[in-house]
Amino acid sequence: MSNPINSLEKVAGNGLINRRHLLGLGLGGAGLAITGSVMAADNALPFEIPSWSRQPGPGASGYGTRSSHTEYMQRLAGNPNPVYPGGGSSRSPLQYLQGTITPNSLHFERHHAGIPAIDPAGHKLVINGLVRQPLSFNYEDLLRYPMVSKIHFLECSGNSGSLFGANASDGTAQSLHGLVSCAEWTGIPLSTLLDEAGVLPEASWIAAVGADAASMGRSIPINKALDDVLLALYQNGEPVRPGQGYPMRLFVPGWEGNLNVKWLTQIKLTRGPSNFRDETSKYSDTMADRSSLQFTFPMGCKSLITSPSGQMALERRGLYQVTGIAWSGAGSIRRVEVSADGGQSWADALIESQQSDRALTRFRIPWQWQGGSTVLQSRATDDKGNVQPTRDALIATNGLINRYHYHGIQSWSVVDSGEVRNVYV
Amino acid sequence: MSMFKQTFILVLASTSLLFGFTSLAQTQGAGLGTPVSESLLENFDQVVEPDGSGLPEGNGTALEGKLVYDEKCQVCHGAEGEGTSGNTRIVGGDINSSGNPIRTVGSFWPWASTIFDYVRRAMPTDAPKSLTDTEVYQVTAYVLYMNGIINQSTVLNSDSLAAIEMPNRDGFIDRSQVQ
Ligand code: HEC
Repeated sequence: MSNPINSLEKVAGNGLINRRHLLGLGLGGAGLAITGSVMAADNALPFEIPSWSRQPGPGASGYGTRSSHTEYMQRLAGNPNPVYPGGGSSRSPLQYLQGTITPNSLHFERHHAGIPAIDPAGHKLVINGLVRQPLSFNYEDLLRYPMVSKIHFLECSGNSGSLFGANASDGTAQSLHGLVSCAEWTGIPLSTLLDEAGVLPEASWIAAVGADAASMGRSIPINKALDDVLLALYQNGEPVRPGQGYPMRLFVPGWEGNLNVKWLTQIKLTRGPSNFRDETSKYSDTMADRSSLQFTFPMGCKSLITSPSGQMALERRGLYQVTGIAWSGAGSIRRVEVSADGGQSWADALIESQQSDRALTRFRIPWQWQGGSTVLQSRATDDKGNVQPTRDALIATNGLINRYHYHGIQSWSVVDSGEVRNVYV
Repeated sequence: MSMFKQTFILVLASTSLLFGFTSLAQTQGAGLGTPVSESLLENFDQVVEPDGSGLPEGNGTALEGKLVYDEKCQVCHGAEGEGTSGNTRIVGGDINSSGNPIRTVGSFWPWASTIFDYVRRAMPTDAPKSLTDTEVYQVTAYVLYMNGIINQSTVLNSDSLAAIEMPNRDGFIDRSQVQ
């Protein structure tokens, strides 16, 4: 029998195969299992009925749990720091996730003083400052407002920051890039509540403050606040979890994660930005000329291959599905190209998207690994024409002082043994 | 939860749409927000802005602030503000030094108001909001003094704090409308 892999249309160097083969066209018997080698049938055992088919299992339950076989999927949290109680972050296991929605239990976190134990009955959302009438809202009343649902990514502006480092660290997709997640957020357009309080003409910013022990605050221009910002009450259908801001958080589509103030308790309308510590000392971008760009809000056009990715190993030569995620703070993803030869040639990946405006977009492309060393990369383009830059191009404009907003092309080397590593090319 | 209230809101929202403006809903108090007066928010609203608005009554000097600092801050920030671990250095550095400049309150922060605002809301990390406003003025003065920005006897109050020119004041560029 002729090897069906040979009939697959190669579209770029080093084994990239036309994405249309993923649509079930012309793959024949090869299948797109993780490798294409045909297992020898000789040593196969006869099939038996498994033990779990011989006894009833536990019945329905009040709250679901995952299979004990998937408990390896964990967020990766930093070590506790005694001088910074509750401070730090945990990263989503991107290399194990599929599709585009992050399960709530695996959504990344970043806290500045831990997770407050908020009783919603005692929580208030105050709108004050430059408004006609300062207002206070309680949780039960907010649940009665008309709501909207939007699928959007959320990314910490410090995500992937280690890639600015001089040496490529040996990390995973999770450890290097796991401060991004995506969910369906349901809540009240902030404009509804701001309109109710009556925004005065001289108000050009809002200050958003959380009810955590750090009372984390950020300033947001009024035009954004009135445009598409949500007071998010639900995440993927359930009330926002404590680690994400229960009972309510700000959701600021496409803009850096830190603005999405959790445990939101105050919106103050102001003339100018309040210049909180987390928009001066932190989350500002110091350039090579030592000027610091402040309020650089949108997250860049970005993608990465999540499989194969850092610290994985390809077991044998053959056909693989290369897959990953792409997103842009400016709009939706139009195109993702993949290279299997370190950026010399590129092929369009198949893009799967239901709602891709500032949401994670999944891409896939078949790839035949013939052994040997190579570098896998992906490059995203959004509908505004932004193209994901190479790491070198990003550093040329950003310099090496600023560690925020990294969105350069990720390079994964594959060596002959099949091991995959983070590299710079 | 009352079904009645829910319908009420939806009807009003669509009424204001019909009339093509939202101020109708505002002036008639359509929503469920409870009116509050700013005076009731005095303890709740802790936002301090660069022009000094939001700063409370009171004052303090670095001389007084040293006592607060030694007791409540130096365990994490070091006797001279040199820090004990990442992110806790609050004195010194030079934004124009080569390599990766050390960025602290003194070498980096554009506004003095941010020190008061941040220390009052977030410091000490193990007992945030435990300082009185007077102590915050005092320790803010001491942090500024350690950075060579004011004298040890300068009286910080809402006016003098807002008037301080931080060394890196002109180092920041507002990109909020250049997206
Ligand atoms: C238990 C340890 C601890 C104590 C006590 C403490 N701090 Fe801090 N402080 C920290 C940590 C940790 C950070 C960094 C927090 C972060 O990055 O979110 C910090 C940050 C700061 C910063 C901002 C530094 C920067 O460049 O962004 C200032 C200013 C500050 N502290 C002042 C004080 C003052 C004044 C006191 C005493 C009233 C104090 N701190 C007490 C741990 C402490």
